[in-house]
Amino acid sequence: MTRYGVILVTLTDSNPKPVSTPVSLGGARGGPKVKTLRKGAWWLPQLASGVGLALFVAYASWTAIRNGHYYVGIMPSHYYVGSGRDYLSPFYSPCLTNSCVNTSNHVFNWWKLSPAFLILIFPGGFRATCYYYRKAYYRSFWFSPPACAVTEPHKKYSGETKFPLILNNIHRYFWYFAVVFAGILTYDAVLAFRFSGGIGVGLGTLIFVVNAVLIWLYTLSCHACRHLCGGHTNTFSKAPVRYWFWKKISVINPHHMLFAWLSLVWIGFTDFYVYLVAMGTIHDPKFF
Amino acid sequence: MSDITVRIWRGDENGGEFKEYVVPAQEGEVVLDVVHRVQAGQAPDLAVRWNCKAGKCGSCSAEINGRPRLMCMTRMNSLPEGEPVTITPMKTFPIIRDLVTDVSFNFEKLKEVPALKPKPREKDGTYRMMQQDIERGQEFRKCIECFLCQDVCHVIRDHEENKENYAGPRLFIRYADLEMHPLDTNDRRKLLQEKAGLGMCNITKCCTEVCPEHIHITDNAIIPLKERVVDDRYDPIAWLGRKIFKRSSKTQASA
Ligand code: SF4
Ligand code: SF4
Ligand code: FES
Ligand code: FES
Repeated sequence: MTRYGVILVTLTDSNPKPVSTPVSLGGARGGPKVKTLRKGAWWLPQLASGVGLALFVAYASWTAIRNGHYYVGIMPSHYYVGSGRDYLSPFYSPCLTNSCVNTSNHVFNWWKLSPAFLILIFPGGFRATCYYYRKAYYRSFWFSPPACAVTEPHKKYSGETKFPLILNNIHRYFWYFAVVFAGILTYDAVLAFRFSGGIGVGLGTLIFVVNAVLIWLYTLSCHACRHLCGGHTNTFSKAPVRYWFWKKISVINPHHMLFAWLSLVWIGFTDFYVYLVAMGTIHDPKFF
Repeated sequence: MSDITVRIWRGDENGGEFKEYVVPAQEGEVVLDVVHRVQAGQAPDLAVRWNCKAGKCGSCSAEINGRPRLMCMTRMNSLPEGEPVTITPMKTFPIIRDLVTDVSFNFEKLKEVPALKPKPREKDGTYRMMQQDIERGQEFRKCIECFLCQDVCHVIRDHEENKENYAGPRLFIRYADLEMHPLDTNDRRKLLQEKAGLGMCNITKCCTEVCPEHIHITDNAIIPLKERVVDDRYDPIAWLGRKIFKRSSKTQASA
């Protein structure tokens, strides 16, 4: 079915050159000179997300420095507690350095630090420049603003127009890498079905699968993804494929914050699970 | 039913103070009803702007218990019971008197927005647009110009000096509406970044939180505009592509 809309418009020629219209500044404001008149615990959501982010950064640092117990080997002879599983912690995947225990595929032999540091730059950069996390840290750590309609403590404010915050504009580049990483974590989830006696499903397998799903949901609900996959288009009727993608991404995009938190918590949990199994603290139950 | 205490800001550009009024509570009222009863009785000189009492004209914007809201859409029973209710004028704009502010800043900023510059007409002298081409803009046109989003935006609420080069969320949805328009040929991205202050917004979403029309200002207008500005000036690959294929960044942006 084709529908046509005929519209009448006044032809206006305009000149979008940067000009600023003088706006009369100043003028006394009304209301009392207080930080806020808001009641109730307006500080609570910001405090909660601030604490959550700080805990995650602390956990990720510990994991990266740990530089061990990040792999549960598939071979029974493996020098790690070889329980016949192929679980590689997402903080160490892909493991590319000399010290990696799960592979002989050592690309970065010159790297002397924990292999986690080499790769965490990418998911770390992706999250640090994410539109949702930006909101969270601007509010929780920089207090700009501490909450809506609560005065911020800074005298000057330049937003994201200056170094270093202007760098947040490169978010889409981290997104390209994030797609690669989501692929790698999916591959790891597939490997988690490998057991020394063949194919199976353990508790760890399920944890890895959920991890991959959450990472995909977070990566695909990204605002840069929504723009690149279709949002940049003005005439959707002439770009049906982009429109299809844009429509689909627009369904999950409103839940981006939820996926940001779920995937963050779950990736930490996945790592911790691998750590516990590799330590021999718990035994990974095999369902079938 | 018991009494309600309202603390209303009374004053003008020379200063002011809270005045307390006690009125008997009535069933099913909104804040504007209470203000009207105060005005009808104890304070006939109280200045308050309103028009529709239906959340559609955008006149009755104020701050209730410190939160930017429409007085006519804030039910009394949604506020903490037994506590005085504070009502202040919008903080970001100059006060005229009591609860009335001068919102002309927003109209000055509206004048800066380059209007639609349509493509040439089709052979039969008309323009054609499909529903999917214009549906994004329809959300933005729900705006009732209450300016609560402008009021809450910390960029100008806390920094008067930013007003000169900052359009604000209400105008960003206007820019987004035009930039996404299937017939438009203007490119406002340079203007947006340099004079309209799109980079000043740090996407902390207070505008979205207060919008009485529930427009997703940040997700559907500001962030897409920021991404379009990235296409234009912060994306080296897009820049290289334009050089190689000799396309203008605008033609690349539209389909
Ligand atoms: S998201 Fe941007 S425009 Fe909206 S209130 Fe926050 S800083 Fe202002
Ligand atoms: S965008 Fe929403 S909050 Fe802002 S002026 Fe329009 S209706 Fe009011
Ligand atoms: S990952 Fe959050 S916006 Fe891109
Ligand atoms: S009186 Fe019209 S919006 Fe409140």
